[in-house]
Amino acid sequence: MGTYHAIVFFPLIGAAIAGLFGRLIGDRQAEYVTTGLLILSALLSCISLINIGMDGGTQKIMVLNWISSGGLDIDWVLRIDALTAVMLVVITCVSSLVHVYSIGYMSHDPHRARFFAYLSLFTFMMLMLVTADNFLQLFFGWEGVGLASYLLIGFWFKKASANAAAIKAFVVNRVGDFGLILGMAAIYFSVGSLQFDTVFDSAEALAQGEFDFLGMTVPMLTTICLLLFMGAMGKSAQFLLHTWLPDAMEGPTPVSALIHAATMVTAGVFLVARCSPLFELSQTALNVVIVVGGITAFFAATVGLVQNDIKRVIAYSTCSQLGYMFVALGIGAYQAAMFHLFTHAFFKALLFLGAGSVIHAMGDEQDMRKMGGLRQLIPATFFMMLIGTIALTGFPLTAGYYSKDAIIEGAFAAQAAPHMFGFAMLVIAAFFTSFYSWRLMFMTFFGVSRSSNETLSHVHESPPVMLVPLVVLSFGALFAGAAFAGLFVGSEQTAFWAGSIFTAADNQILIELKQVPGWVVLSPLVMMISGFALAWVMYIYRPSWPSEIAAQHDLIYRFLLNKWYFDELYDFIFVRPAKWLARFFWKGGDGFVIDGFGPDGVAANVLRVTRRMVGLQSGYVYHYAFVMLLGVAGIVSWLMLTGGLS
Amino acid sequence: MTDWPLLSTITFLPLLGALFILLVRGDEETIAANSRAVALWTTVVTLLLTLFMISRFDGSSAEFQFVERAAWLLPGVDYAMGVDGISVLFVLLTAALMPLCILASWHAIKLRVREYMLAFLVLETLMIGVFCAMDIVLFYLFFEGGLIPMFLIIGIWGGGRRIYASFKFFLYTLIGSVLMLLAILYMYWQTGTTFIPDLMAHGFDASVQTWLWLAFFASFAVKMPMWPVHTWLPDAHVEAPTAGSVILAGVLLKMGGYGFLRFSLPLFPIASDFFAPMVFAMSAIAIVYTSLIAFAQEDMKKLIAYSSVAHMGFVTMGIFSATTQGVQGAVFQMLSHGWISGALFLCVGVVYDRMHTREIAAYGGLANRMPIYAAVFMLFTMANVGLPGTSGFVGEFLTILGAFQVSTWTALFAASGVIFSAVYGLSLYRRVTFGQIEHEGLQQIADMDRREIFIIAPLVAATLIFGFWPMPILELTAPSIDALIAAYQEALAAHFGGSQ
Repeated sequence: MGTYHAIVFFPLIGAAIAGLFGRLIGDRQAEYVTTGLLILSALLSCISLINIGMDGGTQKIMVLNWISSGGLDIDWVLRIDALTAVMLVVITCVSSLVHVYSIGYMSHDPHRARFFAYLSLFTFMMLMLVTADNFLQLFFGWEGVGLASYLLIGFWFKKASANAAAIKAFVVNRVGDFGLILGMAAIYFSVGSLQFDTVFDSAEALAQGEFDFLGMTVPMLTTICLLLFMGAMGKSAQFLLHTWLPDAMEGPTPVSALIHAATMVTAGVFLVARCSPLFELSQTALNVVIVVGGITAFFAATVGLVQNDIKRVIAYSTCSQLGYMFVALGIGAYQAAMFHLFTHAFFKALLFLGAGSVIHAMGDEQDMRKMGGLRQLIPATFFMMLIGTIALTGFPLTAGYYSKDAIIEGAFAAQAAPHMFGFAMLVIAAFFTSFYSWRLMFMTFFGVSRSSNETLSHVHESPPVMLVPLVVLSFGALFAGAAFAGLFVGSEQTAFWAGSIFTAADNQILIELKQVPGWVVLSPLVMMISGFALAWVMYIYRPSWPSEIAAQHDLIYRFLLNKWYFDELYDFIFVRPAKWLARFFWKGGDGFVIDGFGPDGVAANVLRVTRRMVGLQSGYVYHYAFVMLLGVAGIVSWLMLTGGLS
Repeated sequence: MTDWPLLSTITFLPLLGALFILLVRGDEETIAANSRAVALWTTVVTLLLTLFMISRFDGSSAEFQFVERAAWLLPGVDYAMGVDGISVLFVLLTAALMPLCILASWHAIKLRVREYMLAFLVLETLMIGVFCAMDIVLFYLFFEGGLIPMFLIIGIWGGGRRIYASFKFFLYTLIGSVLMLLAILYMYWQTGTTFIPDLMAHGFDASVQTWLWLAFFASFAVKMPMWPVHTWLPDAHVEAPTAGSVILAGVLLKMGGYGFLRFSLPLFPIASDFFAPMVFAMSAIAIVYTSLIAFAQEDMKKLIAYSSVAHMGFVTMGIFSATTQGVQGAVFQMLSHGWISGALFLCVGVVYDRMHTREIAAYGGLANRMPIYAAVFMLFTMANVGLPGTSGFVGEFLTILGAFQVSTWTALFAASGVIFSAVYGLSLYRRVTFGQIEHEGLQQIADMDRREIFIIAPLVAATLIFGFWPMPILELTAPSIDALIAAYQEALAAHFGGSQ
């Protein structure tokens, strides 16, 4: 049991040492301490995954009683089951590699201790999220990773754009959290507990139940699921709540790899998988998940087609791939979603870190229009990025091939309308994925260089401390699919997941997806090849085409380039009205109405009345006597009328 | 247990210190130095005595403890003191914030130091008295008496518009208190007693409850402050000296919530139930409306003041949900907001002492020169935003949980507060600490010194410890709150059961 404590708390210890004593022990020591502790944590996680894989079952380790209030009882508990163990491995492995990589990548930064403290803090929060045994602890980790993400996006705090992106990420996530908080309140209201097992055990009853929500009588389970899903949409940057993710690329590149590709953004997927006992019983909620996931996969891929910032292309790709995972969840193939989460962590972290290596080599240049021909100059980075690209596009036998194809086939297998919508979206997105991935490769590494000679003369291959993590990840990108397909979605999946993912008795999607027609199986492959071919034609064979096409279809091009104008739209319907309302309430509400009729008005009136009263004090005795007489007459008549004298 | 009147000692010890300060003689320097020393020692000893009292407090009981009772003004109007699980923590909060306030004023106050310390010590007596009084007339005296030193603190040591602010503060709170006084007189004529436990046992008629509830509400709503009688708070905060703001936000605002718990719910359960929807509406408006206004502020203190109003919206919502989670959350939120907002005002004070402006635009890039300050300010910003792991989250979540059981609309608006608080909280933080240093005057600004770190450290500890482990507070308040809610539900059941 000490193992799990170690896995979770080593990163926290590292963060505390680097954060509190960073200036005392120096940057170098802070790097070594945090990285060392994380590598230990990663090794222990791998061991525990093997153990869990062998004996299954759920372990719970009580840490501390957190909140007890009336019927609410919430503990800090480490819950370890197969689902958690998979996440532990993903988080700690990618995190330790990113730590190692950052030693090289951040070597010129003056605030390295702080950076490593944040990275380790993030890892701890993420581990708390996945080891949660109740919704509130999950929410703690959920907000904690949000905090770490905020701190890391805004790590270069002198940059105004980084600060804006950090706030945007936090606030958009909070919109999702709004749903999550209400979801938790609804769960507590209807079940009387926030503990996972208790809630899941009453899923059947919830599915039958209805309750009054905002004056409407609504089905309990579906409402709860949709509220929880709102949280997942925020964290996993799904359509409508996606706007923060591309901006989050303002943070240092290792952060993008760890937080905004491999781990944090998959928390929403984890949440839905964890709540599979609830979602499985609400077809409505599942359909919503499919549709949102499908739209996201499609939408993000279209935007990715035309971006010129190397990190933004990968960011939109991440967004799109998260859409794939949600479609998998929606069709009931939770295992396939987790499988894609697992493989995606490797190849997307690889791509990001590779992009970081390119940026590092180019002297902090991120615009692909100023790259080109880097293949010979940084061959190792090129080779690693190539592996990442083929894995992402689903080249046969690489990791993406196994996990992505399983999702596409699964979407077709169910045959219902939302599922077919998801299927169509994903197949088109697969084509786009292949296109933008190869576009990125061609623009960066092929053709003639478009950068200045000055920059080119400084281009250098990254140091080993950055390349080694790339090599490790590339093994994952190549082989994680083949090695784990059997366990995650194949014949051994029931034994492997050991009940940590719930599927209804009639949910045979993992079997059905193997029985789809041949053309469905082939479709992702066809899409991949045609995407590659088109990218080759446009960026190698006829390099003048892209700008010509863009000029011909200016409207569409600008629509995509400006990300479907979501930022402008949100600015128009949320940000500006909020600012206007803020001033209106302040000046109009508080200033004019409340103060005007309240204290200020009273004060003014008192003054006016006093002036008149002064006028009454004329100094003539007969004036006073007259008023006194009136008063006495008034009192006497009042007493007589009310019968007070008798 | 000894018969020593512990609560009276704790309550009146600061007053004794104040008398002592009056005796200080010498030139101006000596008087200032000695007044500071006396004030600090008095508040520290008061805190130690309070801690001793807490250590002897039986947390498993819902009864009033350390009860003292002696004949006083009239038959039925006694001098009665006692604390239960709800009030004892407010006594501790007051006693704990006081030494920090004295320390925070150490260098900041240079004029009339003797009178300043005097006012603070008198204020401490009155505030502790509010939470210890078991007689409603006694409570009233303490409650309204607290107005005077606060009025003076703002009016004498305040900023440029201090006269306007103190006048507004006085006017608002006075109107409320006149109505409460009338209600108290009526209750005395009705029952012949003002001893709170006796009044709780009395059971007023439903029709009478309505009027009494409204009279008390007028006073407590202003103190809270609830929308729309909140506009005195931003002005008072802006003009008050740092320590005044800490006490105002940390303790004085809690008296309204405490009053609701001590009087409105137990004495007038039927009226409370009747008016709960109105309170919910006012709370929801407070949360959304003042959060939005906070976003538009250009003055640091005003922003925090408006955010306080929003946070107090959670408190009123929780109290009138009359559920265990709601009320416990409300009490927790009041305590937690006590040290979080206090700390935020101290954070403003740190830069105000250096730059003598509270205008947000006058700052920017402080993280470059003040890393410790940036870290501390970040922590309290996040606590104010209600991040889990800080004490700010526990109360917010529990009150939402409580409100959801009664009114989903209210819970919905309250939950939207988590978005708004992030917007104004983080944008304030960004404008003050992030970016490049652009103002010439900030180039040489120094980080927090030892005294400032020492003042803020206990508040950092409280925020984190009770964020991860709020159980000590929840356990201590549980018996009293359970008893309160049980009696409340019983009264409602008796009333509605009888009328049907």
